[in-house]
Amino acid sequence: MLRSLHITPEKCTGCLQCEMACSFENEGVFNPAKSRIKVFTFHEEGRFVPYTCTQCAEAWCMQACPVEAIVVNAATGSKDVLEDVCVGCKVCTIACPFGTVNYNQATGKVIKCDLCGGDPACATACPTEAITYIDSDMTGYERMRAWASKTDTAASA
Amino acid sequence: MHHVIVGAGPAGVIAAETLRRLDRDAKITLVGDEPEPPYSRMAIPYLLIDKIKEPGTYLRKDAEHFAARNAEVVHDRVGGVDTKRQTLSLTNGGKLKYDRLLIATGSHPVSPPIPGIDSAGVHPCWTLEDARAIMKLAKPGANVVLMGAGFIGCIILEALASRGVNLTVVEMENRMVPRMLDETAGTLLKQWCESKGVRVHTSTKVTAVEAAKKGLGVSLDNGDTLEAALLISATGVRPNTQFLEGSGVDTDQGILVNAYLQTSVEHVYAAGDVAQGRDFSTGEYSVQAIQPTAADHGHIAATNMAGGNTLEHPGSVNMNVLDTLGLVSSSFGLWMGVDGGDSATLTDRDRYRYLNLRFDGDVLVGASALGLTQHVGVLRGLIQTRTALGRWKDKLLDDPTRVMEAYLAGTQAIGANA
Amino acid sequence: MAWTGKILRVNLTSGSVKQEALNMDWAQTYLGQRGLATKYLVEEIDPKCDPLGPDNKLIMATGPLTGTMASTGGRYSVICKSPLTGCVACSNSGGFIGAELKNAGWDMIIFEGKSKKPVYLYVENDKAELLPADKIWGTSVWATDEWLHKKHQDPALRIAAVGRSAENGCLYSAVINDLHRAAGRSGVGTVMASKNLKAVAVRGTAGVGNIKDPKRFMQATTEAKQVLAENAVTGQGLPTYGTQVLMNVINEIGALPTRNMREVQFEGAHKISAEAMAEPRKSDGKANLTTNAGCFGCTIACGRISTIDRTHFTIENKPQYWGNSGGLEYEAAWAMGTDTGIDDLDAVTYANFICNEDGMDPITFGATVAAAMELYEAGVIGDKETGGIAFKFGNAQALAKAAEMVATGEGFGKDLALGSKKLCEKYGRPELSMTVKGQEFPAYDPRGIQGMGLAYATSNRGACHLRGYTVASEVLGIPEKTDPLVTDGKAGLVKAFQDATAAFDSSGLCIFTSFAWTLENVAPQLDAACAGGWSPERLAEVGERIWNMEREFNLEAGMKASDDTLPKRLTTEKANTGPAEGKVNGLSAMLPEYYELRGWSKDGKPTDKTRQRLGL
Repeated sequence: MLRSLHITPEKCTGCLQCEMACSFENEGVFNPAKSRIKVFTFHEEGRFVPYTCTQCAEAWCMQACPVEAIVVNAATGSKDVLEDVCVGCKVCTIACPFGTVNYNQATGKVIKCDLCGGDPACATACPTEAITYIDSDMTGYERMRAWASKTDTAASA
Repeated sequence: MHHVIVGAGPAGVIAAETLRRLDRDAKITLVGDEPEPPYSRMAIPYLLIDKIKEPGTYLRKDAEHFAARNAEVVHDRVGGVDTKRQTLSLTNGGKLKYDRLLIATGSHPVSPPIPGIDSAGVHPCWTLEDARAIMKLAKPGANVVLMGAGFIGCIILEALASRGVNLTVVEMENRMVPRMLDETAGTLLKQWCESKGVRVHTSTKVTAVEAAKKGLGVSLDNGDTLEAALLISATGVRPNTQFLEGSGVDTDQGILVNAYLQTSVEHVYAAGDVAQGRDFSTGEYSVQAIQPTAADHGHIAATNMAGGNTLEHPGSVNMNVLDTLGLVSSSFGLWMGVDGGDSATLTDRDRYRYLNLRFDGDVLVGASALGLTQHVGVLRGLIQTRTALGRWKDKLLDDPTRVMEAYLAGTQAIGANA
Repeated sequence: MAWTGKILRVNLTSGSVKQEALNMDWAQTYLGQRGLATKYLVEEIDPKCDPLGPDNKLIMATGPLTGTMASTGGRYSVICKSPLTGCVACSNSGGFIGAELKNAGWDMIIFEGKSKKPVYLYVENDKAELLPADKIWGTSVWATDEWLHKKHQDPALRIAAVGRSAENGCLYSAVINDLHRAAGRSGVGTVMASKNLKAVAVRGTAGVGNIKDPKRFMQATTEAKQVLAENAVTGQGLPTYGTQVLMNVINEIGALPTRNMREVQFEGAHKISAEAMAEPRKSDGKANLTTNAGCFGCTIACGRISTIDRTHFTIENKPQYWGNSGGLEYEAAWAMGTDTGIDDLDAVTYANFICNEDGMDPITFGATVAAAMELYEAGVIGDKETGGIAFKFGNAQALAKAAEMVATGEGFGKDLALGSKKLCEKYGRPELSMTVKGQEFPAYDPRGIQGMGLAYATSNRGACHLRGYTVASEVLGIPEKTDPLVTDGKAGLVKAFQDATAAFDSSGLCIFTSFAWTLENVAPQLDAACAGGWSPERLAEVGERIWNMEREFNLEAGMKASDDTLPKRLTTEKANTGPAEGKVNGLSAMLPEYYELRGWSKDGKPTDKTRQRLGL
């Protein structure tokens, strides 16, 4: 069964351990700016919201890529950027309606979550279980799904 | 069932793949008039800076990709369409019968009516072949004039500048990328280019081109004449519809289609840059000529070709992203705004930062930005979902950089303590 | 390694911004942050300089573990000579800007001189520039934060700024970062404002990657996080209740200084306690506390995010305060609540918001209000001085108004901005100022917790709980329980706490980890990250070296052994209730032993032997 990242904002304290774990896993440095998961702070509301790619089935990023640099990982279902193929045209960054594909000016490539190949470092690092990696059926992505289907220009018949 | 797709760009390729997914047994033929495997024009600028080799521009990397899907790729050019007999005539003399036809022939660069525009040393930048010619002439120190600072012009600016040429841009409108950026942003982009050592003449036209001692003499309407080893013509493109004359397929700017991307002729569909498809924001039909729309079209047209008209196209959001000498700009939807709609703007001229949001009521309908690289896609998402922003609209009017928060607040459980 | 090896030196007089190499020999002997920056300070400034003159310097410094995955590794410190105490000032803050600075590639920023016009420093990785701040001068920290975010169009920009109080010369102004984290004590914000430096805005995307042994580091930090998670204080108490967990505890043991430290127990403590913060209120059913929050990298997350009751008199007509912001920490709740005799949770929270908004140290502010209340009740000052506000103990209106007046520098706020020492001197009653070396006490009465008397008296930055927190041992039993009512053995305890704290403060870690960690837990993390071989013993020695360095600076600045003292009230007026009833603090019984253990002469100076041993 495929597993997904499950995010529970009310448990998040905004400590950014996830961002450091992500950047360390993927870039070899502690660098929140290069993290594929971002924690957004709602200061007035007193809420922290970790946010990353949901590996949506629609995969606008993948569809929009002109050079087949984004592919499905058969083992995890994640949509992975092939760094050696990506030309850095950024079309995926405007195509993804969730804003979870970002351009990395330093490398001239885009970056997005790839679930660390099936063992997401953010979930391991989270001290409060605000981020967990669990069976897809149980992640309660309904809100995200609703958003996704509203955005789908090619919604299924 | 024989599906014939004319045009091997993104729309055509995605259509072929979609057709194969939906119908295991149909015959699929993909006709392209360029000698290379299907490739992406989006990737050409990166070829020019040697970031990739030619195979890096190919839409599909596996040489057997189409064969594996039992789709035949034919390198030929379609001369005409007989929609009554459902037959294409190919310029090499062959004929091709179809049951369903998809026209995804894209567009071609337009040469402006300027004396001498056919001189040697004048090139468009559109095909891989053009790219090879440009690379030959754009030697370090060479004088190069880029005519047209539209999307195509801007996207190859970096490629040219990084090759060390002495570059001058001539744009007839009052700013750069006038179809994507407003006056403030387009002007900032010009200043950015100038700060990087590129001369930019806006509100200026090329009046004549003539062969001079060292290459070309490019005359401008301000009286100047520029010497150039290479003049790149990037003044715009026009849909490839000439071969449809007499076919009964109606055209306007591009091929007219309905919400199913079906043309005026049954069994004939159109997709991508050649199609005048539905615009999400306006509901009207227009040529968008952008990659994500081509992908949308290819998918939807193919679905309707395979299964009868079952999938309506809700319209594509017009959007662009551009990297001009390292300054990233983007625009979405109705970036020029709507009557009576509010707008929020932040401008930092010193740092070439700009963000403009356009609202209709409390719904985001358009946006444009300079220097924004993080979470930009959410602008598309907010536009396309027509999310009612409620009190977040006021927050965005005050500080448009909080757009990601506005999106999350509309879709996630943020809590309501304030 | 783990250090970036780069310092940004900003000369505000000339406007120059230069990069220089970090002195790695000093890094090996003073570690980072508090120790290393203080080393730079004592080497570079005249200890006798005017704290608010151009010859003082202000250093913002990270530690080697700042910006890493070590839990709580987000700390930075602001170091300068204090205008409040005349001693060395080192104020430590969490939030996010420390890690951002490290991510931008800098170990520290040294500000020197004074700018002619208001400026702010903008740092974007290795690019740094001084930019005009005329549009934000005269505005609050919060307004400055908003303006800078918009100006740079970057929600991820991290900002430290001073508020209007600092611009107006309030002697206990803080440097506020990330809206509600504070380098709070000793007037470091006042020094920053005296240089016409309004803010520091940092964006760092380079990352912290120079870890000596990444694999071992990840292992060490993971193990250490486990220790925090399994500890009752750091794993449960602090995340759930915050530091406010202490309000009722300290009250019960009779060590909660009340009404300008006249009493040691407060009848209204439960109304402003952690438990009260979690209680749904009548008006809207919401609690004062919305959630807990972590600073950068912190797996404890003791931070409080709170709202004020919208129907409360302080904000009913001020929607700008209706949202969440940084809530009450124990020391702030004590100073502005208990010490003023005010049990109105919303009023105290409001005063806390104002302290954050305009950058005041809530401890000194609250204690100064308490002193003013005693002056008022004693008839020393009256409505003429206070502008008609009744500064009576328990008057929540007076507290709210006082906060606003200090923030904006209006009316009686000018007097209150002096701090309690100068305020009480001004009105001829210096004995009513509850201070050591000019700095106000925090929330532990040394009559009920004897060791804290010595810790206060000898603290290098004036009265402070964060220079040697023997409360951990005397009250909480960490690392082992000692009797809070006796003086025996406290000299050694204080020294050990002071030295260890100096090491924690120099590492980039938060001192709150020390509820669960000792230097035994810190050393493996540092050693995996940094070159040099870091053992617990070496860290303790670094701590001791730092302590003595600070001491010597203070002595050269004019401080004397006779300043190692407590206000008479605490050594002569007996605790009137609770377990400590009848007690005064026995400082004189502890101080000589402390000097001896420190290796100091009778007049409180490190002996040559001590100096040699520590390589000073």
